Amino acid sequence: MEAAKLEIIVDPARPIITTRRMVAAPRALVFEVFSKPEHIKHWMGPRALEMVSCEMDLRPGGKWRFVHRAPDGQDFGFHGEFREIDAPARMVRTFIFEPWPDAEALETLLLEEKNGKTLITTTTVHNSMEARDAMLKGGMEAGMTEGYERLDALLVTMQAAR
Amino acid sequence: MSATDALNATFAALADPTRRAILARLAKGDASVVELSAPFAMSQPAVTKHVQVLERAGLVSRGRTAQRRPCHLEARRLKQAVEWLGTYRQFWEESYGRLDEYLAELQQKEKKDGSSKARNHRRSR
Repeated sequence: MEAAKLEIIVDPARPIITTRRMVAAPRALVFEVFSKPEHIKHWMGPRALEMVSCEMDLRPGGKWRFVHRAPDGQDFGFHGEFREIDAPARMVRTFIFEPWPDAEALETLLLEEKNGKTLITTTTVHNSMEARDAMLKGGMEAGMTEGYERLDALLVTMQAAR
Repeated sequence: MSATDALNATFAALADPTRRAILARLAKGDASVVELSAPFAMSQPAVTKHVQVLERAGLVSRGRTAQRRPCHLEARRLKQAVEWLGTYRQFWEESYGRLDEYLAELQQKEKKDGSSKARNHRRSR
């Protein structure tokens, strides 16, 4: 089976990222795998990262946190708070990538079922264009303008050499 | 400093545009603080402060030559920080690929085992 297409829509004027992806499962099941730690550990993040901890207190005001471990042993945490839970259709939560504690974002998960499949839409509202772009581009390129091409080129070279 | 703290320091150091510009300059080759200060409307002590932040984050090291103490880009550290996050698309493409497999696996189990949790969950709706 060919993988469904992931759409990423970046708003040019506001610090918002929207993603859309269809999966072959009913939304009650999709909601479960998005909200329960025992499921999240099986799929969230690239294979190279191990999810070493995952906690979800699934209720408005409840906290969530997970930690990814890179192959070199470094840990990266994400955390936030649930704001709205409307299973199995919608979930709203805050999101902080722990190395950037000031860049809190608000994420909305929307699940729509069509013929037994589920369209997953995530909308992430960042608190600045810089924070949005940092998340989007991987931190390094945030706010970079002309004159930094050399560094970009260096990064490309370094990534190609992986 | 733990590995996580070290990485936090790296990301914090990268958050500043002047420091990114300094790294861009050092990507071309080593340079002294005097040379680094030239393109910026900034005093040498101010540039020195930025260099110290980059040094603490492990992104820059300094030579021992008493007067000049050239700054050197620690590319390995930078590579680590950049690689970790990767690109947003890559992160989610791979996550959703895994999600497809995992959902297929769960639904297979559900077919085999009529009492699976997922099925009860769905029936209760």
